[in-house]
Amino acid sequence: MKRFAQLLETLALTPSRNRKIEALAEYFATTPDPDRGYALAVLTGALSFAHIKPARLKEVVLAEVDPHLFALSYDYVGDLGETIALIWPHTGGTRALPALSDLIELLNTTAKSDVAALITELLTSAAINERWALVKLATGGLRIGISERLAKTALAEMSGIDLKEIEEIWHGIKMPYGALFSWLEGKSPKPDIHHTARFHPLMLSNPIDEERDFDLLDPADFAAEWKWDGIRVQLILGAGEVSLFSRTGEDIGAAFPDVTGSVFGRGVLDGELLVGHALVPAPFNALQQRLNRKTATERLMAEHPGFIRVYDMLFDGDADIRALPWSERRQRLEHFFASGAQTRLDLSETIPFADWAQLGAIRRRGADENGHEGVMIKLRSAPYVPGRPKGNWYKWKRDPNLVDAVLMYAQRGHGKRSSYYSDFTFGAWRGTELVPIGKAYFGFTDAELRQLDKWVRTHTIQSFGPVREVEKSLVFEVAFDSAQLSTRHKSGVALRFPRINRIRWDKPAGEAAQLAEVEALIPAT
Amino acid sequence: MAQMLDRNLHIRSIDAYIDPLLPRERAIITHGHADHARPGHSKVLATPDTIAIMQTRYGPDCAGSFQPVGFGEPVRIDETTITLYPAGHILGSAQVLIEQGGLRVVVTGDYKRLPDRTAQPFELVECDLLVTEATFGLPVFQHPDPADEIGRLLKSLADHPARAHVIGAYALGKAQRVIALLREAGYDRPIYLHGAMIRLCALYEERGIPLGPLRYATEADKAELAGAVVIAPPSALKDRWSRRLPDPVLAMASGWMSVKQRARQRGVELPLVISDHVDWPELTQTIADCRAETVWVTHGREDALVYYCRQMGLAAEPLNIQGYEDEGEEE
Ligand SMILES: [Zn+2]
Ligand SMILES: [Zn+2]
Repeated sequence: MKRFAQLLETLALTPSRNRKIEALAEYFATTPDPDRGYALAVLTGALSFAHIKPARLKEVVLAEVDPHLFALSYDYVGDLGETIALIWPHTGGTRALPALSDLIELLNTTAKSDVAALITELLTSAAINERWALVKLATGGLRIGISERLAKTALAEMSGIDLKEIEEIWHGIKMPYGALFSWLEGKSPKPDIHHTARFHPLMLSNPIDEERDFDLLDPADFAAEWKWDGIRVQLILGAGEVSLFSRTGEDIGAAFPDVTGSVFGRGVLDGELLVGHALVPAPFNALQQRLNRKTATERLMAEHPGFIRVYDMLFDGDADIRALPWSERRQRLEHFFASGAQTRLDLSETIPFADWAQLGAIRRRGADENGHEGVMIKLRSAPYVPGRPKGNWYKWKRDPNLVDAVLMYAQRGHGKRSSYYSDFTFGAWRGTELVPIGKAYFGFTDAELRQLDKWVRTHTIQSFGPVREVEKSLVFEVAFDSAQLSTRHKSGVALRFPRINRIRWDKPAGEAAQLAEVEALIPAT
Repeated sequence: MAQMLDRNLHIRSIDAYIDPLLPRERAIITHGHADHARPGHSKVLATPDTIAIMQTRYGPDCAGSFQPVGFGEPVRIDETTITLYPAGHILGSAQVLIEQGGLRVVVTGDYKRLPDRTAQPFELVECDLLVTEATFGLPVFQHPDPADEIGRLLKSLADHPARAHVIGAYALGKAQRVIALLREAGYDRPIYLHGAMIRLCALYEERGIPLGPLRYATEADKAELAGAVVIAPPSALKDRWSRRLPDPVLAMASGWMSVKQRARQRGVELPLVISDHVDWPELTQTIADCRAETVWVTHGREDALVYYCRQMGLAAEPLNIQGYEDEGEEE
């Protein structure tokens, strides 16, 4: 645990990516199994502890520390885990802190009723730095800027094995990764994982740069499809086994048994998970209701049946076809659909177009009439390459919607922004009343953040805990991807990806948008 | 007791101010940091070390006259007696005991209770009213053993032998303390200094605190600085000055470094939690030890400590004196 605590501190404080990789590689090379395997799982987010919530931890601390002093301290430090680590008032526990693997075992097996006593003992035994790591570990809230990819890069660095090879087998191996480390150290062959058991990293697109790219790209080399407003998934149709993975490789099959139980055939497909009757997509928030649950209820499945709009094929039967050009993979995919009528899968149609201007017009119409997110543009000759290769796939999003909204409430941010009011709730007019339509916490520069913070402090009407209600006089131009009906908001609308486009210091609040203008942007279903 | 001492640390009976920010007729200076010692007073009463520091920083004539007073030597002015006691903060730093008609008031100035070879060790003074600093007046501040922090620095030096380790440290007090701690840990190689450190290091040595071999960093060549310890003011950490060093590890010696967010904001890779102020346990310990019934809190995070004192049944007030360095960041 001592070494892991040191590693976490180095990772948190080293600004350089290369040094982080260096520190990780060194740790993996010099730490025994199974500790390094658990460390890898923790760092990549594969492992977390469900029953130790930050609030539970806070309770344990408040049994030892005056709540008012705790609140003042938390306000100063800005991070709950770090506050707990720094404020714990006892030292010199009776036993040394256990090794990482033992600690994880302990956290996982301790009964809920004994967790408080265990945490008390561990915090008391730990040095301050170790306490920080302990709290981060116990709550799963590492957030120290380590991506899964960085950890894998360190494994590649440590072993000299190509990163792609590691990514290939990544989703088929299990913590504490004994077979992986053994292979990386040349002690055993590469773990053999059949394609039907594992997730294959996805090929991702780059946003198109309208001004630069179109001059250089020949429309004849590309195919276009709609960009669907669902979530990206990979469907693995194995022998007697069907798996459904999210874009990060999380197995989400249990939430969509209506899909996994109705599909047939063999292969690995890439597509968009959507919900809707008769293969007609419903708005994203309908899908959201199903994504929020780990399993599906009969009622939800009947109300929002799931289906996948498929746009690519990685394996045809057992054959890996990723090296083939898109056009050939597409042919095989069409053939797959021709061989039997699926009820929960359909083919994402291609959009015929002659030139970029025409595609632009189609894209605009699709956005206005059908609420499409935009179009995807794919190089016909491109193989399926995991990651985000340049020049292969482009997304051309529709232009964002803009609305002038009035700032209503501001809340302090967290971490680096804990001393600023940086989360803003804004509203539109319904008659003479303002109703909140969304919340945004980015889109402005650091200098604007300071100005906004100052404005909030000098225009506060009243405070409720961390939230300040402000004078209704500052207008934001808010950009968002789409508007949807919502029962959760008083206004009845919800915006997707709202961000502050411009601060309209000049604009009178009375000239901000009417709610009806926002409602008009909701696509009909 | 408010008759003896105003809330801006003015001793009424003798019309003297403690650490005044504006030029005054009579000033008692606790120690040489710029937020306590200002030039331009008519008469200054302070320890000989503090006077030497003021004269080094501001010139020999930075006050009309100086009255050097040794630790524990009472100075009687009419009905009031002033005695200076070591505060353990930096060389020459003092607490001020004011006695009048059987009442005792102690103004701590900045202080710490951990041993430090570069400052006279803190002495506890019992009193009726304690005016304490609260730079680290939140229970999240629990300073680790400075020897352990130096141990982390030495480990980093061993792990990265080609990288210069540049330590941000305030030029008065912290720089000399870090050097002394390195020497105590057995580090005997030359230590390289930013220009801003040189005069004050020389002064410490003149006044009997050996610091071992020191070099001027800008006169050293790059090869010499690989794997070396360089000490610079915190402001030089992020500027061109330190970027010329070979692949520098940015370190900072400060009590604030216990908060990782702070370290990260300043781009500090190796935070060394070395403080010249009391931490929360020492603050609360001192309040208990000195047996004061009234506590005034100044200089830092006053709200938490005032709350704590009141919980303990003491009368406590924040002083809200303007002008002390914001959050003591310099120290
Ligand atoms: Zn000071
Ligand atoms: Zn000070």
